[in-house]
Amino acid sequence: MKNSAQVVIIGGGISGCSIAYHLADEGVKDIVVIERHYLTSGATGRCGAGVRQQWGTKMNCMLAKKSVDFFENATEILRYDGDIEFKQEGYLIIASDAEETARFEKNVALQNSLDIPAKALDRQGALDIVSHLNPEEVHSATFCPTDGHLNPFTMTDAYYKAAKRLGVEFYTYTTVLDILTENGEVKGVVTDKGNIETANVINAAGGYSKDIGALAGIDIPIYSRNHEILVTEPVEKMQGPMVISFSKNIYCQQTPHGGFIMGRGDKNAPKGLDIGSNWGFLDAMSKTLKRLLPPLAELRVIRQWGGLYNMSPDSQPIIGGTKDLKGFYMACGFSGHGFMLAPMTGLLLAELMTGKTPTMPLEALSLERFDDAESFESEQSVV
Amino acid sequence: MNPEDVIICRCSDVTLQDLYDLFEQGYETYEELKRIARVGMGPCQANTCGKMVQWEISKAFGIPLEEVDIRNTRPLTMGVKLSSIEAQADEE
Ligand SMILES: Cc1cc2nc3c(=O)[nH]c(=O)nc-3n(C[C@H](O)[C@H](O)[C@H](O)COP(=O)(O)OP(=O)(O)OC[C@H]3O[C@@H](n4cnc5c(N)ncnc54)[C@H](O)[C@@H]3O)c2cc1C
Repeated sequence: MKNSAQVVIIGGGISGCSIAYHLADEGVKDIVVIERHYLTSGATGRCGAGVRQQWGTKMNCMLAKKSVDFFENATEILRYDGDIEFKQEGYLIIASDAEETARFEKNVALQNSLDIPAKALDRQGALDIVSHLNPEEVHSATFCPTDGHLNPFTMTDAYYKAAKRLGVEFYTYTTVLDILTENGEVKGVVTDKGNIETANVINAAGGYSKDIGALAGIDIPIYSRNHEILVTEPVEKMQGPMVISFSKNIYCQQTPHGGFIMGRGDKNAPKGLDIGSNWGFLDAMSKTLKRLLPPLAELRVIRQWGGLYNMSPDSQPIIGGTKDLKGFYMACGFSGHGFMLAPMTGLLLAELMTGKTPTMPLEALSLERFDDAESFESEQSVV
Repeated sequence: MNPEDVIICRCSDVTLQDLYDLFEQGYETYEELKRIARVGMGPCQANTCGKMVQWEISKAFGIPLEEVDIRNTRPLTMGVKLSSIEAQADEE
């Protein structure tokens, strides 16, 4: 292991790998990524593989839209030899009542103003797109045809290989134990395989980001919570878009491989780092599914698992540095949608760290936005 | 026998040659191989290929078999229809 580096990135998920690539692409040399297990072992490899631009805040919409622009060309840009399985067959968001319908109509207006091609549909419009929906469960819907599915394993692999080609070094099965600071500046990291001197550390540790913050003496207002998910046996193609409902607490899509993946949140799950599987999840999921998408209940579940959502106070990510510690940067608090935002996460941090004007203003993503509890707008469109 | 003709994972159609190629590219643990090649992700949940992959990792990297990390086992142990679960689900 090297004993010094320009930049040390903690976490080998989609965020850490995207940041590594974008920094190297901006010309930064001597970058190291440290990952405790294997790449994608955190939330990235456990996620629902969904990519959507239909958000309720301007910031999330812009981050998602620009990330989709990147994904559309990612294979060529990163010169990837595998298949990232970016399938743009849309997200169909189901509204259960008049109130949700009204909120979604506002969202669509915001999305359209940012060039996101979403549209509002009545019940029949929703059924025309996914005919096996139970009409009784649908008040209205919104649809964006350029949303879709992306393979988390191969997308991360694509960033990893491109970053490696540009000279980034990856240390897997290596754990960061401490961050060394002196006079308000980062000095290095301590790992179980040795120490690395560095002036720049990036906290991309997903569900563990709060603990990494604590190692550096920075209190980040985030917490983690287990979210459960399952996959069924693969079957012939029967559903193009992701079907999602916030009020019914479900998202469900068929992957290109044929299996359906579906998940939901549990507000009563304790905060913390547990990622166990519970029977109650299957119980609740089977009921919701049978009601909303009846034919899918005839599929066999072959595996269930859990992963960490890393929640911020407004359900938007924290991307940037902090005035309290020079050389300490964060990419965390993704609140259940950090996979689809990864291209912008990497680009924005790389621009910030190399002194370029960021593609988007970063104030609304800063840690400091939470200093004034009244000043931020929260995302409502989350499962 | 030609490694291209030896099927290791029947669910996801992974051959011995595929494993050799992945080893070559630096994917050396069961969990890494699973995520790139889908070995063990199908309906049998590695009940067929698990041991074979472990054995091939052992041979390729000279690690004693008992020290090769085995796959993480996840529920369910066999495929169950969601409608069967729904039928037995607790009332709200
Ligand atoms: C069930 C579920 C479904 C989801 N569905 C979607 C979806 O459809 N679309 C979407 O966009 N997002 C989704 N998300 C959210 C998404 O998975 C995350 O926001 C995203 O993967 C975060 O990526 P990351 O790289 O920041 O973190 P992670 O992928 O969690 O990576 C952090 C890494 O840091 C490592 N690490 C932690 N501590 C240390 C240490 N001390 N030393 C070294 N390494 C360390 C961990 O091992 C881990 O690999 C979902 C999440 C879950 C749990």
